Amino acid sequence: MNDNASKQSTSNLAVEAKGLVKLFGEHRAVDGVDLSIQKGTVYGFLGPNGAGKTTTIRMLSTLLPIDGGTATIFGHDLATEKKAVRSRISVTGQNASLDEDLTGIENLVMMARLMGYSRKQAKARAKELLSAFGLEEAKKRQLKKYSGGMRRRIDIAASIVVTPDLLFLDEPTTGLDPRSRSQVWNIVRTLVSEGTTVLLTTQYLDEADQLADRIGVIHQGRIIAEGTSAELKASVGSGTLHVRLVESNNRQRAIELLETKLKASVQRASDPAGFSTQLTDPGLAAETLGELAQANISVSDFSFGQPSLDEVFLTITGQPVEEETR
Amino acid sequence: MTNTNKTNVQSGTDKQLREAIASTDRPAKPNPLSSSLTFASRALLRIKHVPEQLFDVTVFPVIFLLMFTYLFGGAIAGSTSEYLQFLLPGILVMTVSQITMYTGVDLNNDITKGVFDRFRTLPIWLPSALVGALLVDTVRYTMAATIMMVLGLILGFRPEGGLAGVLGALILLLIFSFSLSWVWTTLGLIMRSEKSLMMASMMVIFPLTFVSNVFVDPETLPSWLQGFVDINPISLLVTGVRGSMHGAVTWEQVGWILLASAIITAIFAPLTMYMYRNKK
Ligand SMILES: Nc1ncnc2c1ncn2[C@@H]1O[C@H](COP(=O)(O)OP(=O)(O)O)[C@@H](O)[C@H]1O
Ligand SMILES: [Mg+2]
Repeated sequence: MNDNASKQSTSNLAVEAKGLVKLFGEHRAVDGVDLSIQKGTVYGFLGPNGAGKTTTIRMLSTLLPIDGGTATIFGHDLATEKKAVRSRISVTGQNASLDEDLTGIENLVMMARLMGYSRKQAKARAKELLSAFGLEEAKKRQLKKYSGGMRRRIDIAASIVVTPDLLFLDEPTTGLDPRSRSQVWNIVRTLVSEGTTVLLTTQYLDEADQLADRIGVIHQGRIIAEGTSAELKASVGSGTLHVRLVESNNRQRAIELLETKLKASVQRASDPAGFSTQLTDPGLAAETLGELAQANISVSDFSFGQPSLDEVFLTITGQPVEEETR
Repeated sequence: MTNTNKTNVQSGTDKQLREAIASTDRPAKPNPLSSSLTFASRALLRIKHVPEQLFDVTVFPVIFLLMFTYLFGGAIAGSTSEYLQFLLPGILVMTVSQITMYTGVDLNNDITKGVFDRFRTLPIWLPSALVGALLVDTVRYTMAATIMMVLGLILGFRPEGGLAGVLGALILLLIFSFSLSWVWTTLGLIMRSEKSLMMASMMVIFPLTFVSNVFVDPETLPSWLQGFVDINPISLLVTGVRGSMHGAVTWEQVGWILLASAIITAIFAPLTMYMYRNKK
């Protein structure tokens, strides 16, 4: 299709970035990020506050000039073809980004008009989106009276008035209740099934796990681990088993047993009858409990959960998450 | 595992959601006029939802006019009705030029709230966001001016230049206000918060409006102050507006106002546009 060989080789990529750098004074907020995102997939940026997620998104969406490295969006150079890039992307920022004094429908009509719809089309499109996003009842309410979940949904609706080829979602579910979260997830999944590529940032491993085809763990402006959710879990352990024994006297024996038989590393909980262990495979949970039963150590309760962001970081960096203070 | 996470509430609208997402063809991008008008209608909607913002253009001018006429009229000009003839054009200029500050405040708010970022990624002619807001500002200025003129006429203001003189004065006022708006949009892009923006704007506008010929004839001032008053663009405007309303304006006075407006616009409009495009 294209006589330019290098363009052809990148043609199945929505985003390709090499060595992205952003400096704020002396501070390297983004420090050499490489990124390849396949068209039609979801890429999850996982990192704590201050890691550089927003800054990366702002560079990739033409909002911030880049200080080093190169990036192309659907083959368009970020530095020289801003207009072309802008016609393919849409951004839902971390903070609310609509007019809070206007109602839901007024905001969406405004966005539709700015995308080039006629007055009539704009109204129809706004209504269609409002009912599809479950905001029909709230359409005549000012945005400042919306709940957090509704705010998020209308922010996303405003970003897909014209379905973009690439959508940036910056922490779309931070601070939302579980039900609102799953509504947002549902929207993301539908977008992807219709062909949109999504780059989303999150502080939650389970969210990245649920939505993202590939995950990049970002820390102090660098990607410190990258891969599919399965690959990532294989390297950090897929979860933590928390166990509480009936008798605290048995704890020492239980720990020694697991450390020798399963080569697991076990942490003592502050509760004298409790301990926890990182597992590489959820299947090992049953085995662990089986060993305890065989040794006649009775368990009062146990739980198995995905590793938290803290645990991921602890494993990869050897140190707990430290939020940047700058 | 994945599917159980979808809530029941949502599943009813799944089909709608899919259709809404799938249904779009990208329309041709709007022309500058259409996008400017969209931003203008946004500004009008904001007035509809937050009518308090019209206090500045309605209640304050009335209070100012009454206060200064009756407070200073006797002391400064010997009689309130005589002072009103002198004061009204000046107070009109002062009020309207203070209202111009709000363009910068609105822009600053859009930036801190992230609305600005959203606009910047749209395929539109970017300045239309400002042009639209400025269009609605002229509505505000006209409103303030009308209210003041009506009140002035009731109180005994008699413009010797007649209707033509008053309209001429309003046109001069609108031209100058338009140019002054660019100063505030520039500041609005520089300042980090609304508070610091208000502070900076006040520091510009208060000396300009008070150390001028709005309230008193500069002849009565010490000579070092007179020097500033004479080159103060607000004074130039007041002289022209006062002259026009009383039928005594000269082309030279008009020329100065147009020149001052042109210079301010030539500096601050491109500066605003440059910073607008390259805002970090
Ligand atoms: N405009 C700015 N000026 C100076 N420093 C900034 C600016 N924006 C972000 N930073 C700094 O850059 C780092 C990365 O920030 P950010 O990208 O917002 O992180 P995240 O989105 O992952 O929480 C932080 O240390 C932050 O303080
Ligand atoms: Mg962020």
